[in-house]
Amino acid sequence: MSAARPELGTTRLAERPGLPGRDRPDASPTPYGRPVIKQPTWTWEIPVYFYAGGLAGAAAGLARLAELRGNAVLARRASAVALAGAAVSPALLTSDLGRPERFLHMLRLFKVTSPMSVGSWVLTGFGTAAGAGAVDHALGGRLPGGRAARTAAALLGLPLASYTAALIATTAVPAWHESRRLLPFVFVAGASASAGGALTALAPPAAAAPARRLAIAGALAEIVAKDRMERGLGDLADAYRSGPAHAAGIGAQACLAAGALAVAAGGAESRRAAVAGGALLNIGALLARLSVFKAGFASAADPRHTVGPQRARLAAAGGGATGGRAPRPRG
Amino acid sequence: MTGHAITLRGDGWPATYGAEAQPRMGFFTDTSVCIGCKACEVACKEWNRVPASSQGFTGESYDNTRALGADTWRHVAFVEQRKPVGAADGTESLVDVAARAEAADRWGLQTYQDGDGMRWLMASDVCKHCTHAACLEVCPTGALFRTEFGTVVVQPDICNGCGYCVPACPFGVLDRREDDGRVWKCTLCYDRLKDDKEPACAQACPTDSIQFGELDALRERAGARLERLRDAGADQARLYGEDPDDGVGGFGALFLLLDEPETYGLPPAPEDPVRDVGETWAAAGAAALALGAALVAAVFGGRR
Repeated sequence: MSAARPELGTTRLAERPGLPGRDRPDASPTPYGRPVIKQPTWTWEIPVYFYAGGLAGAAAGLARLAELRGNAVLARRASAVALAGAAVSPALLTSDLGRPERFLHMLRLFKVTSPMSVGSWVLTGFGTAAGAGAVDHALGGRLPGGRAARTAAALLGLPLASYTAALIATTAVPAWHESRRLLPFVFVAGASASAGGALTALAPPAAAAPARRLAIAGALAEIVAKDRMERGLGDLADAYRSGPAHAAGIGAQACLAAGALAVAAGGAESRRAAVAGGALLNIGALLARLSVFKAGFASAADPRHTVGPQRARLAAAGGGATGGRAPRPRG
Repeated sequence: MTGHAITLRGDGWPATYGAEAQPRMGFFTDTSVCIGCKACEVACKEWNRVPASSQGFTGESYDNTRALGADTWRHVAFVEQRKPVGAADGTESLVDVAARAEAADRWGLQTYQDGDGMRWLMASDVCKHCTHAACLEVCPTGALFRTEFGTVVVQPDICNGCGYCVPACPFGVLDRREDDGRVWKCTLCYDRLKDDKEPACAQACPTDSIQFGELDALRERAGARLERLRDAGADQARLYGEDPDDGVGGFGALFLLLDEPETYGLPPAPEDPVRDVGETWAAAGAAALALGAALVAAVFGGRR
């Protein structure tokens, strides 16, 4: 009888040394291994949007700066990429809503405590500006305020590429929340790699030198920043070391490294190398978003991720016995 | 589409309600007298017309509900523990044990313990109606709001099912109803409060394990109850959510627990993730500037 009865602290979770269980590293601190928090309801559209929004945001900046430098070919193609990203993003976000017909409710208010609210306004502004800028290009520069619209798109593109990191960091998911300082840098690095890669592939090699520089720098920054972000998580990093987050992370590293090499070695001379490198960089950036996304799900599902750091804070505050109170270390 | 100002941390309650402001109402769930009857779960479902949840058999003690969610606004946890009690492990004399048993009996401490040292902990979990409610703070549509009673409620006619509140809640209270697309949770029976009635779960509770009332009065009652239980030997008894300086500013629905919070599946030191949003925005802003610098360097830092 007693042998068959499941007891607290004996529910086995995947072996993860370092995270405190009751008395064994694989023992759950909660009854029956139950998670403390909920996994997000978000589906595939969201990581794809993280990628598409970053691509569009960085491409808009590249477009406006290339225009200023007098590189009209690169400017036009980058504008088109920005517009494509701006067009696809609201569709992805709306499709993920439980009530898609209510997508306009996102614009009922503006609140800085909600990165999703801020992001909805940034994306709305960006889409409008990128659209107007592209129309102006199509009309041969005859749309009043066309250049100002492209400037606005370039400026809004910067927060568009980074706010999505703030969005997922402002959750109770430990692997996301605890990486809040580095995650935005991981995301903008990915945006640089994807936008640089896309324009390396889409613009003629003679006009694409800035895109190649951006692509290579972005890919290296993404590899380094994501690795540092994962290390900074300490015990929580195991969310990135198993399952889909791990697979996507390895794939991202491989694609980013190979793509950067292809662009560096042959991007300037061979269109084929430019296209292959650009495609690899974009697959890599997408996989990196997917890796972060999936790691959050693994972290939310593991009660040790939620309980462990909270217990550590209580112990540091010296209030371990009573529970419920955790003055936090600041700074 | 009424006018909304920029909402900063701290939603201005109760000043925003002016003359309609009410005292903050809440729950005190005293798990020491919970008998696990689940009348609260049933009463909640009936009153609020919450759809049926899973009818499966979990094998996890008498708990087939498992967790709070879109279709479960009260959840009775059954926790089985093997704990040495006093005389069994030789640390107490039989006289001590008898005295403690009498005190426990007198104060109605309900922890069922049979001969082999197995005890059951039962606890009816519910939305905490936090002082700093992450769900409300991250909600981009304003569907989640603070009522005149200081409770946190989702407006079903506004919610568009974005799902942000789901991972934002440090207790895993909210979830999206799949065939409906919107997020649902305990309303602390907002409709009944408006009619001066107590919430359905509190009314149905046969042992007064769930008590409803003005939060200040509940805090006092909870403190007094804790003292009595400590006297009766429940040395692990503790209040959960009574501290206004905790990571969520204290709960609007507090608990008396007989063991550590995680034993019941609750977070030991919950935190509103939005309290770090300033730091997070600073990082996102710095990253955006870094991207701008990288773009300038890429375009102007070499040949065209």
